Amino acid sequence: MSAATVAVTDDTFAEKVLASTTPVLVDFWAAWCGPCRMVAPVLDEIAADKAGALVVAKVDVDANPGTASDYQVVSIPTLILFKNGRPVKRIVGAKGKAALLREIAGEL
Amino acid sequence: MTSPPIHDVIIIGSGPAGYTAAIYTARAQLAPLVFEGTSFGGALMTTTEVENFPGFRAGINGPDLMEEMREQALRFGADLQMEDVESVSLDGPVKEVVTAGGETHRARSVILAMGAAARYLGVPGEQELLGRGVSSCATCDGFFFKGQDIAVIGGGDSAMEEATFLTRFARSVTLVHRRDEFRASKIMLERARADEKITFLTNTAVVAVEGDTAVTGLRVRNVISDEESVLPVTGVFVAIGHDPRSELVRDLVEVDDDGYVLVDGRSTATSIPGVFAAGDLVDRTYRQAITAAGSGCAAAIDAERWLAHPHAVDTGVETAGVRQ
Repeated sequence: MSAATVAVTDDTFAEKVLASTTPVLVDFWAAWCGPCRMVAPVLDEIAADKAGALVVAKVDVDANPGTASDYQVVSIPTLILFKNGRPVKRIVGAKGKAALLREIAGEL
Repeated sequence: MTSPPIHDVIIIGSGPAGYTAAIYTARAQLAPLVFEGTSFGGALMTTTEVENFPGFRAGINGPDLMEEMREQALRFGADLQMEDVESVSLDGPVKEVVTAGGETHRARSVILAMGAAARYLGVPGEQELLGRGVSSCATCDGFFFKGQDIAVIGGGDSAMEEATFLTRFARSVTLVHRRDEFRASKIMLERARADEKITFLTNTAVVAVEGDTAVTGLRVRNVISDEESVLPVTGVFVAIGHDPRSELVRDLVEVDDDGYVLVDGRSTATSIPGVFAAGDLVDRTYRQAITAAGSGCAAAIDAERWLAHPHAVDTGVETAGVRQ
């Protein structure tokens, strides 16, 4: 994982995502998921490009099933954008950088 | 401003066909520019064990195999870009490729290798519940259905593979298929049939996926008796085949009625000079990782020869069999 993204666990989700004053794009992923591997480098780039305006967090659903279950994630990759502790946008499936930026543009 | 360079070859796609074309053109010193796009790795990224790719006698994971091909292309200097292509212009000696990010790239030849996309049923509830119990990727999402009852739709190898794989997690798997004959290979079908967790429901069509915020059931109809019933499942895995991802070029090169790009004889030459096509985008017959890789190799060689002699296009059937 690149330094630009933040690993979040069931234990740290409330503090790092829900309490964040910066919007957080949370990537629910797992090592066995091919499309998650596709989207990972794209998220690294977005995290670097949007540093300061957006935090990109990663939740490994294998190790952190609680958070995935809280947000009814049953398909990965799922990306959920959180603003002020509330999920405001949900994106299911791997998408390219331009498409992802387009999807979240209205919320940033 | 100086005008951007004109590349020898641009490759669109990143499955076995795209990466093999990249490896061959990179080794041939053509410095290929490759647009990997959203679906980098292609169809193999959603498969489990690939048991029949020669050279891997113990089998290899689909994503691992793609990672190897990708690294191999990088080793020879292919310029890999994780960008989607938004539009192309293919006429004339210089082709243009515009990315989703709005950049225009130019090249003397283009290899199309966009592959195929998973097909959906098109029934009510399916798209609404995508990611909420409806899935086209068993390897991604099977984990979330531990101890649950789920359905797999389809009658081909992918459906058998997914059903067998999903028994690792699910309490039961019902395989729903419209007919009572299967396109699946014998080995895959028998493996699924031997699995106690898998129930076959044949001659059965899917009418709708039921549920509000999550899948609660699958409404099906027996095509012989016309009777409808609801399967109480929480997961629906759709594995009914693929459609060629040819939207980008459908109005530019010749395609058949189903959207497969047409090529000349045994070559990879499309209806436009300097534009070649390979892999699942072209192949409605074999659709294997190894055949896609093979045609990616052919496209690279065709492009290389075309670049050397643009006016002596070697596409005819008469030359087949004497290459190499």
